Amino acid sequence: MAETHDKGPSYMAIFWYLAILTVVELAVIFLPIAKLLIGIMLVALALSKAALVALYFMHLRFEARTLGYIALTPVLIGALLVFVLLPDHQYMYHRTADSKKIEAPKH
Amino acid sequence: MAEAALHHPAVEPAESPLTPESWGKLGMWIFLAGDAVGFGVLLASYGAARAGSADWPNPAQRLGIQLTALMTFLLICSSVTMVKALEAIKRSDRPGTQRFLLLTILGGVMFLGLQAYEWTHLIEGGLKIFGNPWGSTLFGTSFFIITGFHGLHVTGGVIYLSVVLAAVSRIPDMRYNYMIAEIAGLYWHFVDLVWIMVFTFVYLL
Repeated sequence: MAETHDKGPSYMAIFWYLAILTVVELAVIFLPIAKLLIGIMLVALALSKAALVALYFMHLRFEARTLGYIALTPVLIGALLVFVLLPDHQYMYHRTADSKKIEAPKH
Repeated sequence: MAEAALHHPAVEPAESPLTPESWGKLGMWIFLAGDAVGFGVLLASYGAARAGSADWPNPAQRLGIQLTALMTFLLICSSVTMVKALEAIKRSDRPGTQRFLLLTILGGVMFLGLQAYEWTHLIEGGLKIFGNPWGSTLFGTSFFIITGFHGLHVTGGVIYLSVVLAAVSRIPDMRYNYMIAEIAGLYWHFVDLVWIMVFTFVYLL
């Protein structure tokens, strides 16, 4: 166990990465760019932080491959869930857009 | 399993081919995968509710992010003290292990205290589970359900780590102690990981 852990960066290095990424996240939301772009950056930052915690604090990088597959299962299901719910987003967008269009002439 | 152990005397009956360390670790990973799906469902439905709402309030403005950024930092720190506790067990340093486990528990308790403070503050400001003055009702509902579900996990983690601290202080076999502390650590880091996601999706986005 001890030998394998020495290959990766130290726990303190991971701590500083996480702290810096959190500060970057806080800075990103004030950037004067498109909201969608900020969203994509925030999700990317969060996923990389989560990966750092799983790979190093939870030792996933140094474990048997089976544990990696187990850990990837919820990620896959999560991605699937987002796609399953996407049509709902579209539907609701159109509905709200339409209802606004109908209401507009009354005013 | 017993037969396999007979044929391979080096493999103890408690060891599994999936994870050479212990069945407990495998069990914890399977539990965490299921728990992660639970949080995934909550966050995905949060996204659907928010995308379908025409009057979703701006979370960063209404919830405040300074305090939550501090809470995030606190959980990351408690993850570090958890791995330090594991390192101490590996050195067979019992007082060090107890100190770092205690610091980890303290981090969790402080997190819960700050969350209680935050909730009180927000509820006094008008954010309720059945409505709020700024827009979509689901804004408050999803906020309390998601952060509440996570808070319950932190509460469970504090109790879990306290039990591990008691065991480590009492049981002389440091190899066994390492095993139970490592499995508890997996749970604790998972709670930290989930907060990273919650912080991003519920507060920042």
